[in-house]
Amino acid sequence: MSFNNLDTLYRQVIMDHYKNPRNRGQIEGDHLSVELNNPTCGDRIDLQLKVDDGVVQDAKFEGEGCSISLSSASMMTQVIIGQNVEDALKMSQMFSDMMLGEEMEGYEFNLDELGDIQALQGVAKFPARIKCATLAWKAMEQGVEKEES
Amino acid sequence: MAILDHVRRDFPILDQHVNDHPLVYLDSSATSQKPQQVIDAVDNYYKQYNSNVHRGVHTLGSYATDGYEGARKKVKDFINAPSTKEVIFTRGTTTALNTVAYSYARANLSEGDEILLTKMEHHSNLIPWQQAAKATGATLTYLPLQEDGTISLSDVESMISDKTKIVAMAHVSNVLGTINPIKEVTEIAHRYGAVTVVDGAQSVPHMRVDVQDLDVDFYAFSAHKMVGPTGIGVLYGKQSFLNDMEPVEFGGEMIDFVNLYDSTWKELPWKFEGGTPIIAGAIGLGAAIDYLESVGMAQIEKHEHELVQYALEQMNTIDGITIYGPQERAGLVTFNLDDVHPHDLATALDSIGVAVRAGHHCAQPLMKELNVVATARASFYLYNTKQDVDVFVEGLKKAKEFFGDVF
Repeated sequence: MSFNNLDTLYRQVIMDHYKNPRNRGQIEGDHLSVELNNPTCGDRIDLQLKVDDGVVQDAKFEGEGCSISLSSASMMTQVIIGQNVEDALKMSQMFSDMMLGEEMEGYEFNLDELGDIQALQGVAKFPARIKCATLAWKAMEQGVEKEES
Repeated sequence: MAILDHVRRDFPILDQHVNDHPLVYLDSSATSQKPQQVIDAVDNYYKQYNSNVHRGVHTLGSYATDGYEGARKKVKDFINAPSTKEVIFTRGTTTALNTVAYSYARANLSEGDEILLTKMEHHSNLIPWQQAAKATGATLTYLPLQEDGTISLSDVESMISDKTKIVAMAHVSNVLGTINPIKEVTEIAHRYGAVTVVDGAQSVPHMRVDVQDLDVDFYAFSAHKMVGPTGIGVLYGKQSFLNDMEPVEFGGEMIDFVNLYDSTWKELPWKFEGGTPIIAGAIGLGAAIDYLESVGMAQIEKHEHELVQYALEQMNTIDGITIYGPQERAGLVTFNLDDVHPHDLATALDSIGVAVRAGHHCAQPLMKELNVVATARASFYLYNTKQDVDVFVEGLKKAKEFFGDVF
């Protein structure tokens, strides 16, 4: 009995983000925030975004959850800071495709530009965990929509 | 343990590999597996005598009615209800509890009245009362949890009053495994003129329940947790209350006379069973009861007790494990392993074929009380073995190593 196939899910880089989350905390000053739950499992994320001139200037998060949901949040904040809103949303779509195991075609960026997020590719093989990985991204999409309205 | 060895063979689903490992199913508190006998009973109904009940003059209609009403008789005997009039088929425990909250509570509660609950309730025995309280101006009061996850009768005595109209609680907690002293609580409740409403979802499948001995006023449970099909459950209620209660659903099947502007209802129990009832489900539930009786409820209870005590003993050897609930408990263990989130743990165990539950177990207030966001739970039933426990405990140790290594 061993956990061989777990290694595809729990890559070192995921565990690193779980253990040492980037951009965890509160944004001072003007920002918008979105709190999302996974009602069935108790994961919670409170994502804060600072968007100026259509560009994500800062992103931070608080919350609790499993290694997949928190590492995904950590990785996401890293990659969306500095992106314009449109690109951030495209990345979210790309991430969603990645989780569904679909071809990631028709995007201007390639996988490398998503940085550490590539490590989450293995989640696609664990359907029960996909919603853990997408929680932070859904919060980001809602936050950006809030900003636009 | 040998006595129940033959039982395992009756459950075809258990004979399979999941993720290349033999399935170890430890999530029966969520839903139990079904023996061939129950699958056959449902299959046979659809193949041989599928018909609507209570109306056809034709032969198949009589067979279906006999099957459906025969199942009601089996339920009556199983829980020792005085009459089949007091056995109402519902969609499940949730619907049964909601029926009481709608029909009884809304008609009998008013401002200033109190509903006494525990902090270990499943959402299904909590939210219906929140809604009833909002609708009537009644207030909810909560019995505190003691350190070991039990409630104390002296707290019941001190919190109950003439204002208390309903005492609602689980017979067995789906998280802590606590077996609540329903008979004693009911005795106290009755002294103050309150009715008891008991969530029996986790008790009826695992122990002998005698509603007359407990003297409860309402008792609810689900078939799917007791080797029966999904989609059917039971509300037991004393006739003296059910008679005065209005139906919650109106339509076919539950009526006596229908006029243009007014109608009258059938007698008990049918006035609470609007629409074509859950015929196949009831027949499956009847077969489930036959099955459990053939093994023997006392045997099942004893078997689970041995398994859970063995599991507790083995789990307690693991460093960094926290187990919630009392030592004397029903057949389930809710726990956390330091530094491993329960979802990650459940995924790790699943990768070696072990199915456990992770999350808040539909008991968010209890999770807050325990000061955790989520927990993992292993639950046992008549088909589990000591070997299942060994594989599970070995998996916990491996998971601890695995997640320990990556940190």
